[in-house]
Amino acid sequence: MDYALKDHIKEYLKNDIRYDKRKFDEFRETSIETGVVKNAEGSARVRIGETEVIVGVKFELGEPYPDLQDEGTMSVNVELLAMSSPEFEPGPPGIQAIEMARVVDRGIRESKVIDTKKLCIRKGELVWMINIDICTINDAGNLLDASGIGALAALLDAKFPVEKNGKIDYKKKTSKKLGITKQPLPITVIKINDKFIVDPIHEEELVLESRLTVTTTEDGKICALQKGGDLPLSLDDISKMIDIALAKSKEIRKLFKVIK
Amino acid sequence: MSESKLNVSEKEIVVPGEILATGMSYLPSYGTYRQGQNILASRTGLMRIEGKVLKIIPVSGLYLPKRGDVIIGKVVDVNFSGWSVNTNSAYVAMLSIKDASSDFIPKGADLTRFFGIGDYILTKITNVTSQNLVDLTMKGPGLKKLVSGRIVKVNSNKVPRIIGKQGSMVSMIKNSTGCNIIVGQNGLIWVKGSPKDEILAVKAINKIEKESHFSGLTERIKKFIDTYKR
Repeated sequence: MDYALKDHIKEYLKNDIRYDKRKFDEFRETSIETGVVKNAEGSARVRIGETEVIVGVKFELGEPYPDLQDEGTMSVNVELLAMSSPEFEPGPPGIQAIEMARVVDRGIRESKVIDTKKLCIRKGELVWMINIDICTINDAGNLLDASGIGALAALLDAKFPVEKNGKIDYKKKTSKKLGITKQPLPITVIKINDKFIVDPIHEEELVLESRLTVTTTEDGKICALQKGGDLPLSLDDISKMIDIALAKSKEIRKLFKVIK
Repeated sequence: MSESKLNVSEKEIVVPGEILATGMSYLPSYGTYRQGQNILASRTGLMRIEGKVLKIIPVSGLYLPKRGDVIIGKVVDVNFSGWSVNTNSAYVAMLSIKDASSDFIPKGADLTRFFGIGDYILTKITNVTSQNLVDLTMKGPGLKKLVSGRIVKVNSNKVPRIIGKQGSMVSMIKNSTGCNIIVGQNGLIWVKGSPKDEILAVKAINKIEKESHFSGLTERIKKFIDTYKR
């Protein structure tokens, strides 16, 4: 860990100031754009400050899993492109990419926002497989929240392609959507020096003590949690962090009204 | 010999690969190179024609180490014979033991006592070889390890704007924010003061970087700092 940077950031926090002068519970300027990738069935570009991710949703046809014969599948893949940060290297996904993919995946899966039974075309033979691909364009901190917001926006944007005799015509899109009713959004709250902070910038991420990603739906239900960082969290900390995440997710959800 | 021809005019924006002139009566300088009869641009920037010498003032692109530049570097490795320093350019620089301190450093001494990994240092480039091996020194007025404070990264081509004429811009920011500021030629800037002052100085620096093409920049920035303070 960069201890000089940590001491410096702690000095700021002692004075109740963040490294970029935001409030502790303030997001950077956030924007969502959908339909940015022509070849994907659904896509979104999310910007949080200088952080930027592009998310694409692709539909495929395939055989269902043997134990879930009448259900389609969904998978999330995160690609931390080497262009987006000097710390990322090309090659197979590392710990950070896998963690991000799994947290986003868990949020969407456990909120049951995609009805996998509706993705079944012929039981035991043919189902829709949904791939959510997340690409980072620039890492200025808080990639996880950006990915989660992007994944949801891309799912809302996605339209089924035309399917005929077990083959897909990707050039034609139907008007049928996934029918997403809930909005699971991950909000990461980090703890440095007994202060709770949302939307960390890269410098704050480098020195965080612990972090908690809380994915909630609009009715206030928690569908996924992920703890990270070196130091433990007390029960009191966790409930505080969940409260912050719930309040913030309401704010971010307002941005989604524009999409529909 | 064939006739020489100039394809560009003064202050025109050129891009890499553009043929600036043909014929042997023009000479390539910074940011340009000769290929057969032609002189081509190797950087994006403003054209400068000084008699027969063709030069480009870059507007973008990474820092290129130059001999004599005072830069801020980050120590990335400690070896037996010295330190490897990230210079915010494509090339890693070397700081050898004999250039690191005016004190005598005995053989086998623990070099991390002087500079550890992650430390920022204000250092000077003594030599850049044709193979782009960069040598550094810590011997010189003001060259030191930068303790605490924060580092801001800017486009290295905007460094002259941040320093201003005879240092007018940087001394104005220093005086009005009360921060200690050191500008490295490689685009790293070290700022130290109280947290509030530091943030103001950083915002001013980012504003200069963004609005460097406006005239009356120093006045603009002074106004910005004054309104911000209130």
